[in-house]
Amino acid sequence: MSTQVPEQQAEETEAEQSAQAHEQTPQQKRQDKKRERQEDAAKRLQEEEQRREMDADDTYHLKVFRFDPEVAAKQEPRFDDFYVPFEKGMTVLDALMYARDHYDSSLTFRHSCRQAVCGSDALFVNGSQRLGCQTQLSDLEEPVRIEPLPHQDVVKDLVVDMEHFYEQMHSVQPYFDPEETPEGEQRQSKENHEKIKMSTRCIWCAACMSSCNIAAGDNEYLGPAAINKAYRFAMDEREGENRMQERMEIVEQNHGVWRCQTQFSCTNVCPKDIPLTEHIQELKREAVKRNLKFW
Amino acid sequence: MSQSYNRGLVEDFGRWREFSAGMWAWIFHKFTGWVLIGYLFTHIAVLSTALQGDAAYTNTIVALESLAVVRLLEVGLLAVAVFHILNGLRLLLVDLGVGLDSQDKSFYASLVLTGAIVVASVPTFISGVF
Repeated sequence: MSTQVPEQQAEETEAEQSAQAHEQTPQQKRQDKKRERQEDAAKRLQEEEQRREMDADDTYHLKVFRFDPEVAAKQEPRFDDFYVPFEKGMTVLDALMYARDHYDSSLTFRHSCRQAVCGSDALFVNGSQRLGCQTQLSDLEEPVRIEPLPHQDVVKDLVVDMEHFYEQMHSVQPYFDPEETPEGEQRQSKENHEKIKMSTRCIWCAACMSSCNIAAGDNEYLGPAAINKAYRFAMDEREGENRMQERMEIVEQNHGVWRCQTQFSCTNVCPKDIPLTEHIQELKREAVKRNLKFW
Repeated sequence: MSQSYNRGLVEDFGRWREFSAGMWAWIFHKFTGWVLIGYLFTHIAVLSTALQGDAAYTNTIVALESLAVVRLLEVGLLAVAVFHILNGLRLLLVDLGVGLDSQDKSFYASLVLTGAIVVASVPTFISGVF
């Protein structure tokens, strides 16, 4: 689906034609007929489009959250209705782009790659955190309610403030940091790669953080995404034992892994199917193993 | 700049229809936990006031058990305790990292099992008061 609206070309030809005199030369007759045909085609196209939009079977009813602190009329949050013509394979993001391009250019939402890689368009769709680009409209019940991610401040329409999420992500030092730098490549064993493979898939979309109601109540809680990041590096054998200890000290602090109440909300909403709860639980067990001594 | 405002029921219990299995398990576990704590104190309070002698103790028990409300509450107590035990086992498995993929199924299983045990217990608890 293109972000460009196709231009209407009928107007140009019309202006061209009216400049001609009234004499009916053969050429003009041909041009008249041509113009009629073009008008007919344009009309039919328009009717087609209207019919498609009117036909309830072929349109999807979106209810989109609107808010803009800088516009007086939008300071009070509300829901706008959009009826978007449905095409096979259309995603929520496609529908939003259609609504923005055809109905209201002020409709604001983040998106970039449109293929579930950039993590920009996590939205609250029909009561669940999902990526707009990964969610098929045909899987959803109408009306499709599209809201910004809960538990985050809304900047405008569907755009939320990600600053706190990024702070939590950075607080676990989300970068590869081995104790000693060997010469050449740092190879990882196949088994170790298998172990951390799922955790490396995180795209920082913040769907999990938004779904977690512990994170909602405790602003200092690292949150599923940050703990998953910590897991990814703590479990990477190439970093060494001391570095792992340092990483464990970050996650086992007061607002770390122990806040997780295993509600599985994050695991349910993760668009990359990362077993977040499993990783958090494994870090808990690791922390216990390190701290529990029977002598 | 971002501003916060009241988003209504988006961010709290108003979304209960959209809660998933794990969330319900958590809510029920908290609820049954508090009920059990409440029961524990009631239990101690009632029994400790009936400790003057054998007769006083028997009288208290017989008087309580003759009330239909108490019998019904006992059924409720059983339901709460059984669910708390079964979901506790489920949480133990979750903590050990066993079967996390089927955590929702184990929640439904503990619900069904609780229901079955409670229904089976009704004749025993209710007999003789109605």
